[in-house]
Amino acid sequence: MNTWLLILGMALITFLIRYSLFALPDLRFAPVVRQGLHFVPTAVLTAIVVPGMLIPDGQHWALTMQNAYLLAGLATIAIAALTRHLLATIGGGLLVFFVLRGWLGQLPL
Amino acid sequence: MSRSQHFLYGSRDSIPMIVGILPFGLIYGALASLAGLSLWQALGMSLLVYAGSAQFIAISLLTLGSGAVVILLTTFIVNLRHVLYSAALQPYVGGLPQRWRLPLAFGLTDETFAVVQRRYLARGMAEHGQWYHAGVALALYLSWVCSSLVGALFGQSVPNLAGWGLDFAMLATFIGIVVPVLRGSPQIAAALVAAAVALLCYAWPYKLGLMAAALSGIAVGVALERRALSVVVEEGAQ
Repeated sequence: MNTWLLILGMALITFLIRYSLFALPDLRFAPVVRQGLHFVPTAVLTAIVVPGMLIPDGQHWALTMQNAYLLAGLATIAIAALTRHLLATIGGGLLVFFVLRGWLGQLPL
Repeated sequence: MSRSQHFLYGSRDSIPMIVGILPFGLIYGALASLAGLSLWQALGMSLLVYAGSAQFIAISLLTLGSGAVVILLTTFIVNLRHVLYSAALQPYVGGLPQRWRLPLAFGLTDETFAVVQRRYLARGMAEHGQWYHAGVALALYLSWVCSSLVGALFGQSVPNLAGWGLDFAMLATFIGIVVPVLRGSPQIAAALVAAAVALLCYAWPYKLGLMAAALSGIAVGVALERRALSVVVEEGAQ
């Protein structure tokens, strides 16, 4: 199998999935679907974040005090709840994360 | 404000995502060369497919010697979650001419969706929404392509970027986007259910656990919201 054909096939499949509903400009969703779409960001992003904190390598649970992803993630959630400010959350969260990683000796220095 | 200004705002708001994308692109490029792809093929996949998770899985399947049909089917399943993004943004992007919809669809990744949905929710299409969207999409696309190229060129000699945990930038951004939205029990329940299902199903292959988690969260959110609405309607009728 030609690798380029494979790449083109993957490109076509990926594009068609992403374009699927953009292709139907006149489509109006039923109310229940519209309601559901309001929950897409919350549901998808939470489903990415929480395993990212508890299973940072994608394989093993890391419920330990050595897990900077978990500890800094909790701190980031607290910052977000208190400030409701995106940049403060990202900046504060990253700061906590790298301080923790440095403190735990987990940075490749 | 001008279109170019909103375009730049979009690129600026993408910076935390870029921090998270760069190490992944480097690792992808390095793995693609290791798997035997030429420089052009490794770069071409990032240029044309532009789907991080699917590309990683395709590379590992190629290394295992899997056939094209398996890889294409896997690509389809791994990317299925993008249907949700396409649907969620359709009320905004759907009204744009084709010359906008095609490129914006091409660039619809997890990260792009996370950044632009926030803006659409706050302001809709007002103030050149599509230019903001384009600014996000292009900044993230170039980050992915350039980091893939560097990874493919310098492969193993790339410093240990993976060890820094720069992917936390992406988690922090997603947290900053989600937490302020968690008002009211339907949203909170949607988040809790999505989190629980994602943890239970994390071992499922092809990001199917993520898909199951998202759909469960959405279903619970809708069910609670409908119940709350029907209570209000009944009380109003009395």
